[in-house]
Order: sequence, then structure tokens, then C-alpha cells
Amino acid sequence: MNEAATPGQRILRVLVTVGPGGLWLFLFVLLPSLLVLLASFLSRGPYGELGLPLGLHNYARALQPVYLEAFAQSLLVGVWATLLSALLGYPLAFYIARHPKRDLLLFLLLLPFLTNFLIRVYAWLVLLQREGLVNAFLGAFGLGPFAFYPSFGAVLLATVYTFLPFFVLPVYASVERLDWQLLEAAYDLGARPFRAFLHAVLPQTYPGLFAGSVLVFIPAMGTFVVADLLGAGRVVLIGNLIQQQFGVTRDWAFGAALSVFLMGFVLLSLYLYARIQGERGLEELV
Amino acid sequence: MRRLLSLHALLVYLFLYGPILVIVALSFNESRRGVRFSGFTLDWYRALFQDPRVLEYFLNTLTVALVSTLVSTVLGTLLALGMVRYRFWGKALLRYLLYVPVVVPDVVMGISLLLLFAFSRELFGFPRLSLLTVILGHITFQLAFVTLVVRSRLLLLDPALEEAARDLGARGFQTFLYVTLPLAWPGVAAGALLALTLSLDDFVVTFFTAGPGATTLPLYIYSSVKLGVSPKVHALSTLIVGLSAVFLALGYALSRRRV
Repeated sequence: MNEAATPGQRILRVLVTVGPGGLWLFLFVLLPSLLVLLASFLSRGPYGELGLPLGLHNYARALQPVYLEAFAQSLLVGVWATLLSALLGYPLAFYIARHPKRDLLLFLLLLPFLTNFLIRVYAWLVLLQREGLVNAFLGAFGLGPFAFYPSFGAVLLATVYTFLPFFVLPVYASVERLDWQLLEAAYDLGARPFRAFLHAVLPQTYPGLFAGSVLVFIPAMGTFVVADLLGAGRVVLIGNLIQQQFGVTRDWAFGAALSVFLMGFVLLSLYLYARIQGERGLEELV
Repeated sequence: MRRLLSLHALLVYLFLYGPILVIVALSFNESRRGVRFSGFTLDWYRALFQDPRVLEYFLNTLTVALVSTLVSTVLGTLLALGMVRYRFWGKALLRYLLYVPVVVPDVVMGISLLLLFAFSRELFGFPRLSLLTVILGHITFQLAFVTLVVRSRLLLLDPALEEAARDLGARGFQTFLYVTLPLAWPGVAAGALLALTLSLDDFVVTFFTAGPGATTLPLYIYSSVKLGVSPKVHALSTLIVGLSAVFLALGYALSRRRV
């Protein structure tokens, strides 16, 4: 591309541009990932330090029912959060895309999203507490008060709340690119609204739907903060287990094995996504 | 049908804003517990500003955000440039590594950095968990996002513009400074803004990489919340919500001006 440059200059330019960032990714992304893999085969020492012997014991332990249950719970949160986000987010994306003031509506969608994540979870803690607004509202009808949290429902609600914009934005992007003439063609051919939507509109939004699902599913499965605050020990997800191993329990080796499991799961879902979406799929996620 | 869609949108926006507005309202509420509004007060704000720790946590948050954003924007812009312009050994691996911080759950990212620092401390005696390790962690996830954002902007540029600069006698660095950088600027600014937001919002990576004396506002909110609902946190949350609204409005105004 750059005919004027000598090979020496070219190497220098690559070193200057790619060198620092590449070195950073090597030191702080690749190396730590390999360390997690290594640690997952080690053992917990008497003082919580990592030590020998090497073995597969952490993985064997992760397969025990208690831990599998946490995995199942995480999966459940991921799937439910994705479904609910779709239910709330899919029609909203259409509404925004077809609204004359869509810039403003997008801005209003992003505003709570850019508010600190912890504050958004905390808000639900405030609403759902015993003396909270939800109970006060229900109390006006003579209902309750209910203990809304800790519960699976509370965790799910806050999860959907925090990740919903992740779903709306990619769907919005595909609705914006929609070819509405196909819809008219479907009507011309005598299709009723529902059939027309099913065949002329829905398939065009598949890329956005898939991207949104991945963007909600992965963080919903992997978070520990929401379950920590709104599940309060009652709802234990895989993220909570990992955090516990690196906190109170100090069994880093077992925590590392759980992380490898979680990563395997994330990579599997990304692989499936890439299979459906083709090569460009991953690039469109960002 | 259209009316149904409007109603749905209205409800979703209510769902998004309701909880935040409740927090804002409660921050001015005299009553310590519950939702009954017993009178307007600024006491919680006063208590917040009189707490010297909160100022310290705020400064920590700001230091981390500014330093990490600066470093990640410079490194990310250069990296994006190199990846778009040149072919080199290991480029495919680098492309995969860029996606890792984007797709990996925060917990895994946090513990992998913690392991790195622990191993390094075992072998070389540093780094101790501190504000420095928090900054290193933030740069790591920011770098990936900045690079991807800047790269997508660079891919849109017409290579003929750089060729023209070279034909006119500009050297590599001059071309970069006077042609490439100004053209890529919106991408760089967007990347930096994203990096800043991610840093200010981050709790999980900070949680695992922070040592004593490296408490940030999100860490403070987390530990207060663990102790129960508190009006001081309402006040702090309201301030943060207000600040993000101002930042976003600025970004929104700037993006409209460009069009």
C-alpha cells in the first residue's frame, strides 16, 4: 500500500502503532486467560494459596449437583431475561424507528442506561423493599405487604431492567435498514397484516434479534451483582459462586475452574450465534 | 395497532424511568425509611458533602477514569490504525484478543486480572493491589472498545486522501497528524467517550483489582447498599444521574451539530 516505505520503515510503523496496544492485550488479556486455565488445574493450599497437586479435581467438583444447580439457575436467568427483553424491546424498537423524534427517543433510552449500573439495581431494592413503593401501592388495595426479595423474580426483573437497551439498540439498527416495500408487496399479494409481518418484516430483523439476544444473554448469565443484591443468598448464580471463591472461601483454583466452565458456555453460545449469523455476525455485535 | 405500539412504548419508558425518579424523589425526603413523603429536605446532600470519604472516593473515580481513558484512547487509536493499514504476523490472534474483553463476563475478567497481579506479585514483588491495578484493569477493557470503534471509523475513510498527502510530499507522521487523525477524529472522540463511560460505570473489575485506599464511588455504593437502603445513597445516586444526563446531553448536542 505504501510504496515509498522501505521494509525497515514498515516494521517501525507496525511497531509504533500495533506494538504498545498489542503488547497490552498480550500481557493483560492473553496471559491472564492462560493463568485462569492453569489455576483451574491447581489446588487450594492450607492458607487459601494456589498450590500443587495438579489435577482435574476442580472440574469434577464443579459437576456436583449443588454447582450444576447454580449453572441451571444462571441459564434460566439468561433465557428468561432474553425473552422478556424481546417482548419489551422488539415493539419499542419499531416505535422509535418510525417516530419523527427518534433521536430524542433514543437519547431517552440511553439516559438510564448510562446511569451507573449499581444505582439501577439499587433502585429496585428501594422499590421492592418491605416499606417500598410497590408494597405501598398494593397496600392501597388491601394487599400485602409482600417480601418481594430475595427472590428469583426480583433478580430477573432487575436484570431485564439493566440490560434492556442492549436488546433495543441492535433491533433498532435493523429496523432502520428495513425495506418497507416488501411489506407493501406482501399486502399487494393479499397477505393479512400478521402474515405480512411474519414473512416481510420479521426475517429482516433477525440479525438485530440475534445480536440483541447475545448481548442480553451473556451478561445476564455472567453477572453476580444483581443476584448478590436482590437474591441476597437465596438466588445463587454461577457468577456469585465465582465471586465467593475469590472472596470469603479463598479457593481460587475452584473459582478458576468455574470461570473456565462459564467461559466455555459463553464461547459456545457465541459459536452458535456466529454459525447462524455468518462471518460478519461477531463484528456487528460491537 | 399504532395506538397499541404507542401505549407499549409509553409503558416501557415508564418502566425505565420510574425507579430512577423514585430514587431522585426520595433523596429530598425527610423520612429516613419508607416511601411516605414527609417533607422536603436537603439534609442527605449536606450529610454527603460533609463526609470527607465521599470526596476521596469521587477523586479516586475521576483519577481512574481520566488516566485510563487517556491511555486507552492513545493506544487504541494507534492499534486501530496499525490493524487497518498494515499486515503483520499475529494479526489474526490480535483480532481475537480484541473481542475477548467485549464478550467475557465481567466476573471472569476481574478474577483473571486478579490472578495476573497475584502471580506477578509472587514472582516480581509487584504490583500491590491499589489504584494503579484498578487503572490497569480499566485500560484493558477500554482498549478493546476504543480500538473497535476507531477501527470502524478508519475503515470508512477513503485511502486516496492519504495517498494524496504522500504524493504532496508528506511523511508518515505528517500524514497521520494532518490527514488521518482529523478525519478519524469523530471515531476517536466517540471511543474516548465510551471508554470514559465504561470506566465511571465499572464495578466488577474494580471490585477485584482494588486494594485498600482505592475505593471508588461504585465500590462505596455497593458496600453501603449491602448495609441497607440509605438516603445518603439516594442523594449520591441523584447527583450521578444528573451528571450522566449532562454528559449525554452534551454528546447528543455535539453529534447533532456535526450533521
